Amino acid sequence: MNKSSLTALNASLVSCHSCHLLCKATSASKGAYAVCPRCGTRLHVRKPNSIARTWALVIAAIIVYIPANVLPITHVISFGKAQSDTIMSGVIYFVKSGSWPIALVIFVASVFVPLLKLFLLTFLLISVQRKSKWRRKDRTRLYRITEAVGRWSMVDIYVVTILVALVKLGSLATMRAGPGAIFFAGVVIITIFAAMSFDPRLIWDTQE
Amino acid sequence: MESLIACHECDLLYQRRSLPPGGTARCVRCGAVLYRHKRNSLDRVLALTIAGLILFMVANIYPFLTFRLEAQVQETTLISGVLELYAQGMWIVAGVVLLTSILMPLLELIGMLYILLPLKFNLRPWKLSFIFRLVRGFRPWGMMEVFMLGILVAFVKLAKMATLIPGIALYAFLTLIFVLAASAASLDPHIVWSRLDKRS
Repeated sequence: MNKSSLTALNASLVSCHSCHLLCKATSASKGAYAVCPRCGTRLHVRKPNSIARTWALVIAAIIVYIPANVLPITHVISFGKAQSDTIMSGVIYFVKSGSWPIALVIFVASVFVPLLKLFLLTFLLISVQRKSKWRRKDRTRLYRITEAVGRWSMVDIYVVTILVALVKLGSLATMRAGPGAIFFAGVVIITIFAAMSFDPRLIWDTQE
Repeated sequence: MESLIACHECDLLYQRRSLPPGGTARCVRCGAVLYRHKRNSLDRVLALTIAGLILFMVANIYPFLTFRLEAQVQETTLISGVLELYAQGMWIVAGVVLLTSILMPLLELIGMLYILLPLKFNLRPWKLSFIFRLVRGFRPWGMMEVFMLGILVAFVKLAKMATLIPGIALYAFLTLIFVLAASAASLDPHIVWSRLDKRS
Protein backbone atom coordinates (compact mmCIF):
# COMPACT_ATOMS: atom_id res chain seq x y z
CA MET A 1 0.00 0.00 0.00
CA ASN A 2 1.55 3.25 -1.06
CA LYS A 3 0.36 5.96 1.20
CA SER A 4 0.15 9.50 0.03
CA SER A 5 -0.81 12.29 2.36
CA LEU A 6 -3.24 13.55 -0.23
CA THR A 7 -6.99 13.25 0.04
CA ALA A 8 -9.27 12.80 -2.95
CA LEU A 9 -10.71 16.23 -2.23
CA ASN A 10 -7.28 17.93 -2.39
CA ALA A 11 -6.48 16.08 -5.60
CA SER A 12 -9.75 17.31 -7.17
CA LEU A 13 -11.07 13.77 -7.34
CA VAL A 14 -14.49 12.46 -6.40
CA SER A 15 -14.99 8.95 -5.08
CA CYS A 16 -18.23 7.37 -6.33
CA HIS A 17 -20.56 6.45 -3.44
CA SER A 18 -21.59 3.17 -5.07
CA CYS A 19 -18.59 1.70 -6.82
CA HIS A 20 -15.75 3.78 -5.30
CA LEU A 21 -14.33 4.70 -8.71
CA LEU A 22 -12.31 7.89 -8.53
CA CYS A 23 -13.51 10.48 -11.01
CA LYS A 24 -12.17 13.90 -11.91
CA ALA A 25 -14.17 16.59 -10.17
CA THR A 26 -15.58 18.86 -12.84
CA SER A 27 -17.41 22.03 -12.00
CA ALA A 28 -20.82 21.21 -13.37
CA SER A 29 -22.89 24.16 -14.53
CA LYS A 30 -25.96 25.11 -12.53
CA GLY A 31 -28.71 22.48 -12.64
CA ALA A 32 -26.46 19.92 -14.30
CA TYR A 33 -24.78 17.21 -12.33
CA ALA A 34 -21.97 14.72 -12.86
CA VAL A 35 -22.50 10.97 -12.89
CA CYS A 36 -20.02 8.16 -12.38
CA PRO A 37 -18.86 6.93 -15.81
CA ARG A 38 -18.77 3.34 -14.56
CA CYS A 39 -21.99 2.81 -12.62
CA GLY A 40 -24.08 5.89 -13.33
CA THR A 41 -24.50 7.06 -9.72
CA ARG A 42 -24.74 10.79 -9.20
CA LEU A 43 -21.38 12.06 -7.94
CA HIS A 44 -20.93 14.10 -4.78
CA VAL A 45 -17.69 15.22 -3.19
CA ARG A 46 -19.39 14.66 0.18
CA LYS A 47 -22.81 13.28 1.02
CA PRO A 48 -25.18 16.15 0.12
CA ASN A 49 -26.25 18.41 3.04
CA SER A 50 -24.92 15.79 5.38
CA ILE A 51 -24.98 17.87 8.56
CA ALA A 52 -28.42 19.44 8.03
CA ARG A 53 -30.03 16.15 7.03
CA THR A 54 -28.49 14.24 9.91
CA TRP A 55 -29.59 16.92 12.40
CA ALA A 56 -33.13 16.83 11.03
CA LEU A 57 -33.31 13.05 11.34
CA VAL A 58 -31.75 13.02 14.82
CA ILE A 59 -34.26 15.60 16.08
CA ALA A 60 -37.14 13.71 14.46
CA ALA A 61 -35.97 10.49 16.11
CA ILE A 62 -35.76 12.17 19.55
CA ILE A 63 -39.36 13.38 19.18
CA VAL A 64 -40.66 9.99 18.02
CA TYR A 65 -38.69 8.24 20.79
CA ILE A 66 -41.06 9.69 23.43
CA PRO A 67 -44.36 8.09 22.25
CA ALA A 68 -42.40 4.94 21.40
CA ASN A 69 -41.60 4.50 25.08
CA VAL A 70 -44.75 5.92 26.66
CA LEU A 71 -47.39 4.14 24.56
CA PRO A 72 -47.98 0.41 24.95
CA ILE A 73 -46.44 -1.86 22.33
CA THR A 74 -48.59 -4.91 23.19
CA HIS A 75 -52.06 -5.60 24.59
CA VAL A 76 -52.72 -9.06 25.99
CA ILE A 77 -56.26 -10.20 26.64
CA SER A 78 -56.21 -13.38 28.71
CA PHE A 79 -59.30 -14.89 30.42
CA GLY A 80 -61.10 -11.57 30.06
CA LYS A 81 -58.28 -9.62 31.70
CA ALA A 82 -56.53 -7.02 29.58
CA GLN A 83 -52.93 -5.99 30.13
CA SER A 84 -50.89 -3.40 28.25
CA ASP A 85 -47.11 -3.38 28.10
CA THR A 86 -44.66 -0.68 27.15
CA ILE A 87 -41.04 -1.46 26.26
CA MET A 88 -39.85 -0.70 29.79
CA SER A 89 -42.63 -2.71 31.48
CA GLY A 90 -41.67 -5.64 29.23
CA VAL A 91 -38.10 -5.38 30.49
CA ILE A 92 -39.31 -5.20 34.10
CA TYR A 93 -41.51 -8.26 33.51
CA PHE A 94 -38.46 -10.27 32.40
CA VAL A 95 -36.40 -9.08 35.38
CA LYS A 96 -39.18 -10.07 37.79
CA SER A 97 -39.66 -13.48 36.20
CA GLY A 98 -35.95 -14.16 36.51
CA SER A 99 -35.07 -14.12 32.79
CA TRP A 100 -32.10 -11.83 33.28
CA PRO A 101 -30.36 -12.48 29.95
CA ILE A 102 -33.53 -11.74 27.97
CA ALA A 103 -34.24 -8.62 30.04
CA LEU A 104 -30.73 -7.45 29.23
CA VAL A 105 -31.10 -8.19 25.49
CA ILE A 106 -34.37 -6.23 25.29
CA PHE A 107 -33.03 -3.36 27.39
CA VAL A 108 -29.82 -3.03 25.37
CA ALA A 109 -31.52 -3.38 21.97
CA SER A 110 -34.61 -1.28 22.61
CA VAL A 111 -33.59 1.35 25.14
CA PHE A 112 -29.82 1.63 25.25
CA VAL A 113 -28.93 1.31 21.55
CA PRO A 114 -31.36 4.00 20.22
CA LEU A 115 -30.24 6.42 22.95
CA LEU A 116 -26.57 5.63 22.32
CA LYS A 117 -27.03 6.22 18.60
CA LEU A 118 -28.77 9.55 19.10
CA PHE A 119 -26.17 10.64 21.63
CA LEU A 120 -23.22 9.63 19.42
CA LEU A 121 -24.66 11.25 16.29
CA THR A 122 -25.35 14.47 18.19
CA PHE A 123 -21.80 14.44 19.53
CA LEU A 124 -20.33 13.79 16.05
CA LEU A 125 -22.46 16.54 14.49
CA ILE A 126 -21.42 19.11 17.10
CA SER A 127 -17.75 18.12 16.89
CA VAL A 128 -17.80 18.42 13.08
CA GLN A 129 -19.58 21.77 13.21
CA ARG A 130 -17.02 23.06 15.69
CA LYS A 131 -14.31 21.86 13.27
CA SER A 132 -12.82 19.83 16.08
CA LYS A 133 -9.42 18.19 15.54
CA TRP A 134 -9.80 16.05 18.63
CA ARG A 135 -9.13 12.27 18.22
CA ARG A 136 -10.36 11.90 14.67
CA LYS A 137 -9.64 8.19 14.50
CA ASP A 138 -11.69 7.49 17.62
CA ARG A 139 -14.56 9.62 16.37
CA THR A 140 -14.55 7.68 13.08
CA ARG A 141 -14.71 4.53 15.18
CA LEU A 142 -17.73 5.92 17.05
CA TYR A 143 -19.41 6.51 13.71
CA ARG A 144 -18.74 2.91 12.70
CA ILE A 145 -20.42 1.77 15.94
CA THR A 146 -23.54 3.87 15.29
CA GLU A 147 -23.77 2.40 11.81
CA ALA A 148 -23.39 -1.20 12.97
CA VAL A 149 -25.63 -1.39 16.04
CA GLY A 150 -28.79 0.34 14.77
CA ARG A 151 -30.39 -2.69 13.16
CA TRP A 152 -30.47 -4.64 16.45
CA SER A 153 -33.07 -2.24 17.87
CA MET A 154 -35.55 -3.89 15.53
CA VAL A 155 -35.68 -6.96 17.78
CA ASP A 156 -38.65 -5.77 19.84
CA ILE A 157 -40.73 -5.20 16.71
CA TYR A 158 -39.99 -8.77 15.63
CA VAL A 159 -40.91 -10.14 19.06
CA VAL A 160 -44.28 -8.39 18.79
CA THR A 161 -44.76 -9.77 15.26
CA ILE A 162 -44.06 -13.34 16.37
CA LEU A 163 -46.24 -13.03 19.48
CA VAL A 164 -49.31 -11.68 17.66
CA ALA A 165 -49.05 -14.55 15.17
CA LEU A 166 -48.78 -17.21 17.86
CA VAL A 167 -50.96 -15.97 20.71
CA LYS A 168 -54.30 -16.05 18.91
CA LEU A 169 -56.33 -18.37 21.08
CA GLY A 170 -59.60 -16.45 21.32
CA SER A 171 -60.80 -15.88 24.89
CA LEU A 172 -57.95 -17.96 26.32
CA ALA A 173 -55.24 -15.51 25.25
CA THR A 174 -55.03 -12.99 22.44
CA MET A 175 -52.23 -10.56 21.73
CA ARG A 176 -52.52 -7.31 19.84
CA ALA A 177 -49.84 -4.83 18.80
CA GLY A 178 -50.13 -1.39 20.43
CA PRO A 179 -49.51 2.08 18.95
CA GLY A 180 -46.08 2.25 20.60
CA ALA A 181 -44.86 -0.30 18.06
CA ILE A 182 -45.49 2.12 15.17
CA PHE A 183 -43.44 4.86 16.84
CA PHE A 184 -40.75 2.45 17.88
CA ALA A 185 -40.35 1.12 14.32
CA GLY A 186 -40.20 4.80 13.31
CA VAL A 187 -37.31 5.48 15.71
CA VAL A 188 -35.32 2.52 14.35
CA ILE A 189 -35.84 3.47 10.70
CA ILE A 190 -35.18 7.18 11.25
CA THR A 191 -31.95 6.54 13.19
CA ILE A 192 -30.71 4.16 10.46
CA PHE A 193 -31.30 6.89 7.87
CA ALA A 194 -29.60 9.40 10.19
CA ALA A 195 -26.46 7.25 10.42
CA MET A 196 -26.50 6.80 6.63
CA SER A 197 -26.75 10.53 5.93
CA PHE A 198 -23.76 11.42 8.11
CA ASP A 199 -20.50 11.61 6.17
CA PRO A 200 -17.51 10.48 8.31
CA ARG A 201 -15.10 12.21 5.90
CA LEU A 202 -16.27 15.51 7.40
CA ILE A 203 -14.39 14.52 10.57
CA TRP A 204 -11.15 14.53 8.55
CA ASP A 205 -11.79 17.57 6.38
CA THR A 206 -10.37 19.92 9.00
CA GLN A 207 -6.90 18.40 8.59
CA GLU A 208 -4.42 21.15 7.72
CA MET B 1 -7.55 6.39 -12.24
CA GLU B 2 -8.55 2.71 -11.82
CA SER B 3 -5.39 2.14 -9.81
CA LEU B 4 -6.25 4.79 -7.22
CA ILE B 5 -8.70 4.42 -4.38
CA ALA B 6 -9.92 6.91 -1.78
CA CYS B 7 -10.80 5.77 1.74
CA HIS B 8 -14.60 5.96 1.97
CA GLU B 9 -14.42 7.09 5.58
CA CYS B 10 -11.64 9.68 5.57
CA ASP B 11 -10.95 10.38 1.87
CA LEU B 12 -7.21 9.61 1.93
CA LEU B 13 -5.82 8.49 -1.45
CA TYR B 14 -4.10 5.17 -2.01
CA GLN B 15 -2.50 3.28 -4.85
CA ARG B 16 -4.41 0.03 -5.26
CA ARG B 17 -2.12 -3.00 -4.92
CA SER B 18 -2.77 -6.69 -5.23
CA LEU B 19 -3.07 -8.44 -1.88
CA PRO B 20 -1.92 -11.91 -0.81
CA PRO B 21 -4.77 -14.44 -0.58
CA GLY B 22 -7.00 -13.63 2.36
CA GLY B 23 -5.32 -10.26 2.87
CA THR B 24 -7.03 -7.06 3.93
CA ALA B 25 -6.10 -3.49 3.04
CA ARG B 26 -6.86 -0.99 5.77
CA CYS B 27 -6.64 2.77 5.82
CA VAL B 28 -3.63 3.71 7.98
CA ARG B 29 -5.21 6.98 9.01
CA CYS B 30 -8.71 5.95 10.14
CA GLY B 31 -8.57 2.15 10.15
CA ALA B 32 -11.42 1.55 7.68
CA VAL B 33 -11.27 -1.61 5.57
CA LEU B 34 -10.47 -0.50 2.02
CA TYR B 35 -10.65 -3.84 0.24
CA ARG B 36 -10.02 -7.52 0.77
CA HIS B 37 -8.63 -10.28 -1.35
CA LYS B 38 -11.25 -12.97 -1.83
CA ARG B 39 -10.72 -16.31 -3.50
CA ASN B 40 -13.17 -17.33 -6.25
CA SER B 41 -15.41 -14.54 -5.08
CA LEU B 42 -18.03 -14.67 -7.82
CA ASP B 43 -18.29 -18.48 -7.98
CA ARG B 44 -18.67 -18.75 -4.23
CA VAL B 45 -21.30 -16.05 -4.05
CA LEU B 46 -23.22 -17.66 -6.93
CA ALA B 47 -23.24 -21.03 -5.16
CA LEU B 48 -24.33 -19.45 -1.88
CA THR B 49 -27.02 -17.42 -3.64
CA ILE B 50 -28.57 -20.55 -5.18
CA ALA B 51 -28.43 -22.32 -1.81
CA GLY B 52 -29.98 -19.23 -0.25
CA LEU B 53 -32.89 -19.17 -2.68
CA ILE B 54 -33.72 -22.83 -1.96
CA LEU B 55 -33.57 -22.21 1.80
CA PHE B 56 -35.68 -19.09 1.37
CA MET B 57 -38.43 -21.12 -0.30
CA VAL B 58 -38.35 -23.77 2.43
CA ALA B 59 -38.40 -21.08 5.12
CA ASN B 60 -41.51 -19.48 3.64
CA ILE B 61 -43.57 -22.54 2.68
CA TYR B 62 -43.27 -24.89 5.65
CA PRO B 63 -44.57 -24.36 9.21
CA PHE B 64 -42.35 -21.97 11.11
CA LEU B 65 -43.51 -22.18 14.72
CA THR B 66 -46.39 -24.03 16.32
CA PHE B 67 -47.91 -22.87 19.57
CA ARG B 68 -49.82 -25.34 21.73
CA LEU B 69 -51.80 -24.40 24.81
CA GLU B 70 -53.80 -27.31 26.19
CA ALA B 71 -56.04 -28.47 23.34
CA GLN B 72 -55.54 -25.38 21.20
CA VAL B 73 -52.94 -25.37 18.48
CA GLN B 74 -51.79 -22.36 16.50
CA GLU B 75 -49.55 -23.10 13.52
CA THR B 76 -47.72 -20.23 11.83
CA THR B 77 -45.52 -19.63 8.83
CA LEU B 78 -42.92 -16.90 8.46
CA ILE B 79 -45.41 -14.41 7.02
CA SER B 80 -48.21 -15.07 9.58
CA GLY B 81 -47.06 -12.31 11.90
CA VAL B 82 -47.04 -9.77 9.07
CA LEU B 83 -50.58 -10.75 8.02
CA GLU B 84 -51.82 -10.61 11.62
CA LEU B 85 -50.32 -7.14 12.16
CA TYR B 86 -51.98 -6.02 8.93
CA ALA B 87 -55.32 -7.47 10.06
CA GLN B 88 -55.00 -5.50 13.30
CA GLY B 89 -54.62 -2.28 11.34
CA MET B 90 -50.87 -1.91 12.02
CA TRP B 91 -50.00 -1.78 8.34
CA ILE B 92 -46.92 0.41 8.85
CA VAL B 93 -45.34 -2.08 11.25
CA ALA B 94 -46.48 -4.96 9.01
CA GLY B 95 -44.80 -3.26 6.04
CA VAL B 96 -41.55 -2.67 7.93
CA VAL B 97 -41.40 -6.32 9.06
CA LEU B 98 -42.30 -7.61 5.57
CA LEU B 99 -39.56 -5.47 3.99
CA THR B 100 -36.78 -6.21 6.48
CA SER B 101 -37.35 -9.90 7.15
CA ILE B 102 -38.70 -11.23 3.83
CA LEU B 103 -38.65 -8.85 0.87
CA MET B 104 -35.15 -7.35 1.14
CA PRO B 105 -33.37 -10.70 1.60
CA LEU B 106 -35.38 -12.14 -1.32
CA LEU B 107 -34.64 -9.20 -3.61
CA GLU B 108 -30.97 -9.37 -2.69
CA LEU B 109 -30.82 -13.08 -3.55
CA ILE B 110 -32.69 -12.64 -6.84
CA GLY B 111 -30.57 -9.61 -7.73
CA MET B 112 -27.30 -11.45 -7.09
CA LEU B 113 -28.47 -14.44 -9.16
CA TYR B 114 -29.48 -12.07 -11.97
CA ILE B 115 -26.00 -10.53 -11.96
CA LEU B 116 -23.77 -13.53 -11.31
CA LEU B 117 -25.36 -16.16 -13.53
CA PRO B 118 -24.82 -14.22 -16.81
CA LEU B 119 -21.34 -13.09 -15.69
CA LYS B 120 -20.44 -16.73 -15.13
CA PHE B 121 -21.17 -17.40 -18.81
CA ASN B 122 -19.51 -14.18 -19.91
CA LEU B 123 -22.79 -12.54 -20.77
CA ARG B 124 -23.77 -9.08 -19.75
CA PRO B 125 -27.06 -8.83 -17.88
CA TRP B 126 -29.39 -6.00 -18.87
CA LYS B 127 -29.04 -2.91 -16.64
CA LEU B 128 -26.25 -4.61 -14.68
CA SER B 129 -24.96 -1.48 -12.96
CA PHE B 130 -28.43 -0.32 -11.96
CA ILE B 131 -29.37 -3.73 -10.51
CA PHE B 132 -26.06 -4.09 -8.67
CA ARG B 133 -26.48 -0.64 -7.16
CA LEU B 134 -29.98 -1.60 -6.00
CA VAL B 135 -28.76 -4.87 -4.49
CA ARG B 136 -25.99 -3.06 -2.61
CA GLY B 137 -28.62 -0.62 -1.36
CA PHE B 138 -30.92 -3.43 -0.11
CA ARG B 139 -28.12 -4.98 1.92
CA PRO B 140 -28.43 -2.97 5.16
CA TRP B 141 -32.23 -3.42 5.24
CA GLY B 142 -32.24 -7.22 5.39
CA MET B 143 -32.39 -7.99 9.11
CA MET B 144 -32.93 -11.73 9.33
CA GLU B 145 -30.37 -12.22 12.09
CA VAL B 146 -32.20 -9.66 14.23
CA PHE B 147 -35.46 -11.53 13.52
CA MET B 148 -33.77 -14.69 14.79
CA LEU B 149 -32.95 -12.95 18.06
CA GLY B 150 -36.63 -11.93 18.22
CA ILE B 151 -37.63 -15.59 17.90
CA LEU B 152 -35.35 -16.44 20.79
CA VAL B 153 -36.92 -13.76 22.99
CA ALA B 154 -40.46 -14.89 22.02
CA PHE B 155 -39.49 -18.46 22.89
CA VAL B 156 -38.44 -17.48 26.41
CA LYS B 157 -41.50 -15.30 26.85
CA LEU B 158 -43.94 -18.05 25.89
CA ALA B 159 -42.07 -21.07 27.27
CA LYS B 160 -43.71 -20.81 30.70
CA MET B 161 -47.19 -20.46 29.34
CA ALA B 162 -47.38 -23.02 26.53
CA THR B 163 -45.47 -25.44 24.32
CA LEU B 164 -43.62 -24.11 21.29
CA ILE B 165 -42.71 -26.48 18.48
CA PRO B 166 -40.12 -25.30 15.94
CA GLY B 167 -40.88 -26.27 12.33
CA ILE B 168 -38.68 -27.12 9.35
CA ALA B 169 -38.95 -23.53 8.15
CA LEU B 170 -37.29 -22.27 11.33
CA TYR B 171 -34.24 -24.44 10.71
CA ALA B 172 -34.12 -23.35 7.07
CA PHE B 173 -34.36 -19.74 8.23
CA LEU B 174 -31.48 -20.22 10.67
CA THR B 175 -29.31 -21.80 7.96
CA LEU B 176 -30.23 -19.02 5.55
CA ILE B 177 -28.81 -16.44 7.97
CA PHE B 178 -25.43 -18.18 7.85
CA VAL B 179 -25.58 -18.59 4.07
CA LEU B 180 -26.32 -14.87 3.62
CA ALA B 181 -23.51 -13.93 5.99
CA ALA B 182 -21.08 -16.18 4.09
CA SER B 183 -22.24 -14.70 0.80
CA ALA B 184 -21.71 -11.15 2.07
CA ALA B 185 -18.25 -12.10 3.35
CA SER B 186 -17.26 -13.72 0.02
CA LEU B 187 -18.42 -10.92 -2.25
CA ASP B 188 -15.77 -8.60 -3.63
CA PRO B 189 -17.87 -5.82 -5.16
CA HIS B 190 -14.81 -4.42 -6.93
CA ILE B 191 -14.64 -7.49 -9.20
CA VAL B 192 -18.24 -6.97 -10.31
CA TRP B 193 -17.64 -3.27 -10.91
CA SER B 194 -14.48 -3.88 -12.91
CA ARG B 195 -16.16 -6.52 -15.07
CA LEU B 196 -18.84 -3.98 -15.74
CA ASP B 197 -16.28 -1.44 -16.85
CA LYS B 198 -14.77 -3.58 -19.59
CA ARG B 199 -18.09 -4.30 -21.17
CA SER B 200 -19.73 -0.91 -21.34
